[in-house]
Amino acid sequence: MSTPTDRYAGPVYTGSGAPGDDDEVVLDFDDVDVRFKTEFGSVHAVKGVDLRVRPGEVVALVGESGSGKSVTSMTAMRLLPRNATIGGAVNVAGKEVGRLSESRMRRMRGNDVAMVFQEPMTALNPVLTIGTQMVESMELHGVARAQAAIDRAVELLGMVGIPEPERQMKKYPHELSGGQRQRVVIAMAISCDPKVIIADEPTTALDVTVQADILDLLRSLKDKLNTGILLITHNMGVVADMADRVAVMFKGEIVERGTVEEVLLRPQHEYTKMLLGSVPRMGAGRGQMGISVKEDVDQDAPLAIELKNLVIEYQRLGKPPFRAVDDVSFDVRKGEIVGLVGESGSGKSTIGRCALGLIPAASGEFRLLGEDVTRMSKRDLKALRKRIGVIFQDPAASLNPRLPIGECIAEPLVVHKMGDRKSRQKKVYDLLDAVQLPREVYNRYPHEVSGGQRQRICVARALTLDPELLVADEPTSALDVSVQARVLKIFAELQEQFGFACLFISHDLAVIDLLAHRVVVLQNGEVVEAGPREQIMENPQEEYTQRLIAAAPVPDPIEQGQRRRERHELLRAQGEEVAELQLDDPDAFHGLSAADPEQDQL
Amino acid sequence: MNDKPTPPGDDRPEQDQPPVPGSGREGLSPEPMPHDPAAPQDPDVADEVSEGTDGELPGTRYSVEKQIDLTQKSYSQGQLVRRRFFRHRGAMISLFALLFVTVFAFTSIGYGIIPGWWKKPFWEGGLVENGGRPTLQIWPFVWGEHPFGQDNAGKDYFSLTMRGTQRSLIVAFTVGLVSTFIGTAIGAIAGYYRGWIEGVLMRITDLFIVIPALVLAAVFGKMANGGIWPLAFLLSVIGWTGLARLVRGEVLSLREREFVTAAEAIGTGSGRIVFKHILPNTIGTIIVSATLAIASTILVESALSFLGWGVQAPDTSLGLLISTYQTSFQNRPWLFWWPGMIILVIALSVNFLGDGLRDAFDPRQNRTAD
Repeated sequence: MSTPTDRYAGPVYTGSGAPGDDDEVVLDFDDVDVRFKTEFGSVHAVKGVDLRVRPGEVVALVGESGSGKSVTSMTAMRLLPRNATIGGAVNVAGKEVGRLSESRMRRMRGNDVAMVFQEPMTALNPVLTIGTQMVESMELHGVARAQAAIDRAVELLGMVGIPEPERQMKKYPHELSGGQRQRVVIAMAISCDPKVIIADEPTTALDVTVQADILDLLRSLKDKLNTGILLITHNMGVVADMADRVAVMFKGEIVERGTVEEVLLRPQHEYTKMLLGSVPRMGAGRGQMGISVKEDVDQDAPLAIELKNLVIEYQRLGKPPFRAVDDVSFDVRKGEIVGLVGESGSGKSTIGRCALGLIPAASGEFRLLGEDVTRMSKRDLKALRKRIGVIFQDPAASLNPRLPIGECIAEPLVVHKMGDRKSRQKKVYDLLDAVQLPREVYNRYPHEVSGGQRQRICVARALTLDPELLVADEPTSALDVSVQARVLKIFAELQEQFGFACLFISHDLAVIDLLAHRVVVLQNGEVVEAGPREQIMENPQEEYTQRLIAAAPVPDPIEQGQRRRERHELLRAQGEEVAELQLDDPDAFHGLSAADPEQDQL
Repeated sequence: MNDKPTPPGDDRPEQDQPPVPGSGREGLSPEPMPHDPAAPQDPDVADEVSEGTDGELPGTRYSVEKQIDLTQKSYSQGQLVRRRFFRHRGAMISLFALLFVTVFAFTSIGYGIIPGWWKKPFWEGGLVENGGRPTLQIWPFVWGEHPFGQDNAGKDYFSLTMRGTQRSLIVAFTVGLVSTFIGTAIGAIAGYYRGWIEGVLMRITDLFIVIPALVLAAVFGKMANGGIWPLAFLLSVIGWTGLARLVRGEVLSLREREFVTAAEAIGTGSGRIVFKHILPNTIGTIIVSATLAIASTILVESALSFLGWGVQAPDTSLGLLISTYQTSFQNRPWLFWWPGMIILVIALSVNFLGDGLRDAFDPRQNRTAD
């Protein structure tokens, strides 16, 4: 393949708010350019990026997958793989990263620049205790030693809001919850008092309520410690919540930059407009992005799913079985979309899998299309499966990599021995038309198309047998927003056309708001609240639902600021604490780190 | 908030656990996922215009979804692997060496009733000429009466060596095929069905593993009583254990993948799931393991024949030739060197082939940037 040298030639919009020449800058990217040499030629990942971060400022680098935003940030840590060629200069706290020796670079990581990664489970070493890992980073950088390091680690854990820090020091990462692990990662990041923190999708792996807490923590951290933060994210709501300034990246280049108000409220560039236009907004309800669903559901339509006191248990070795779903009842009428909302561990996917007959129910009734699946023979179950379609979360994992796309879509027909070769092919072509993919992909393989297209293939496969019921388990959460908008639109059109009932499982309330007729909110395997969409989204009765809705960020900095205050009030009213850095005297904190003689030599 | 520490004994199965099999994050082995040409915004192929020209959504012009390039040739995963394999220089040289040895061995003295171009039979003795020295000369090239020399009884050593090569190759490839078949079947059944079936099958596997292979081979060699086919089948009975464990491991993680769940959800039968969805994805492991099994069988067979428990006279094999003439190493070294060299060539080239295949199936293992 050729080496692309052509640059994006479209307009670049620069708003105000960029630091001037006299301003103090802690992180400075100057015309950074990154190429990767690969087996198939060179890939130009970052094409000349200029970006500066002042102390105490949050700069958000926004873009969709493959835009080069993470690669850009990695140049500051000099953590790119060997096959990368880096051009331009990166200055961290006045030191040019490209010119440092490896040992000085090592000292700089942590001392001047620290990183918070996306997945806190993989960022922490699973075989070392939290305490060991925190002490290690401080001893390596000479901030504190022995007992002093342990004391400081306890203090840091307390600062980021972990209860009983002494006890947590002895725990292993898997013993903490996702949000706590991310707090530990943040505590480690600030342990050496860095001047700038690079947060690479710090909340993507977390639930919305935990995300809101972590963002609160990061915000108070930069206010109190005057640390610069480079926030890398694809979530416009997070940007609106956190950032002072925003840079939008597209194909390795910054196409628009400015203050958060400028970029999010008055976007200039086509791409930014498109990105913002494809984010479903909380509270905006129906009709966004041209997506429409048929509102009136026949109230007398037969039930597609009927759950009565359903209990699902997981057997555990040597322990009492774990109750993942506890006494859940709801139903789905034909032609109706019911949104199943909840955070991780709420049992929503378990219910979905039970609906597909993949997990047995421990007790209760589960009627699918009028038939009780909990006691059904294998043959009847197979016949029933003919009438149910399914879409999974990860389009890359749910298509067999060794089967051509056409065969993937035709697979249900083959399994149920329907039609001959010719009619199957015709059916596949019709479905490809329906999901707006060219017919030529019939003989292609899943790895040849991109994520959203793969998910459309999954939608097509789910509809092969004209199902009466569709179970969609987080169908768009692995996709970029612009791609998600398109998949949702196709989905809504198909639902209107085929009129199938749908159990739509998602953690994203905005998507549910857009599609569902009725909403069921789950927490810890139990139904918290259920009802028509308008009632749940606009007038939630239960505390948990209120918190859930309040925690979802919207891509509008002014509105989000207001929502944040409302959320804090709500939390206080419900007797919870607002997450913030527990630090009274920032000077003492800085002083402790500066006392280290080694740091001054740098 | 919901950010409380997980109370002990109440761990929620979907939350807060290290990458579980099937999550897609556990780093599965040899699945050829090469340079993904479909990666969004890959500047090589990304195009500003998405394939949809309907323009209903705002700004499809800047979609990150790349246009499906329908002009480019489509490569299946198999084709990509083949391409990478053919570019592996060591593997290609080995392939030619192996083919050359195989073709040479079978055409020269013929096989069964099919006559070859070398007319001296390997079982007939004759007058020992010139102390049985080889008449083969490289420069100027002379084939001569007895290119590899003659043994004590005046038998043509070229015929003997070719016969031995045939025997060794037959045993090696039969064992390669049969043990791969047994190993794959047992591994796949154990991995997919789990439960007591897995328990029984894996304990049997353990049983075969704990008995020293050479001792078992020796007993089986005696049982085979010099016959080549019984020997091949008995050796296969020893050789499948490693592959069975490998395949089971792969199947265990593949069966948790969503495409298998999706197949189950549409009502696919378990046989079809195993053969159509799971096994094709383990093909890399299977092929590599089969190649390495062939190489090791050549050596095991040689060792058995050397010890006198493998192929029996008047038939011959490479190992038997070496063992018969080990005492002649000092005065008539060619009797030792010819079969020895051929064993070396076969074992080396099959090993290189295995390496080449492994690299082709798992490009992440040795990607070189420069």
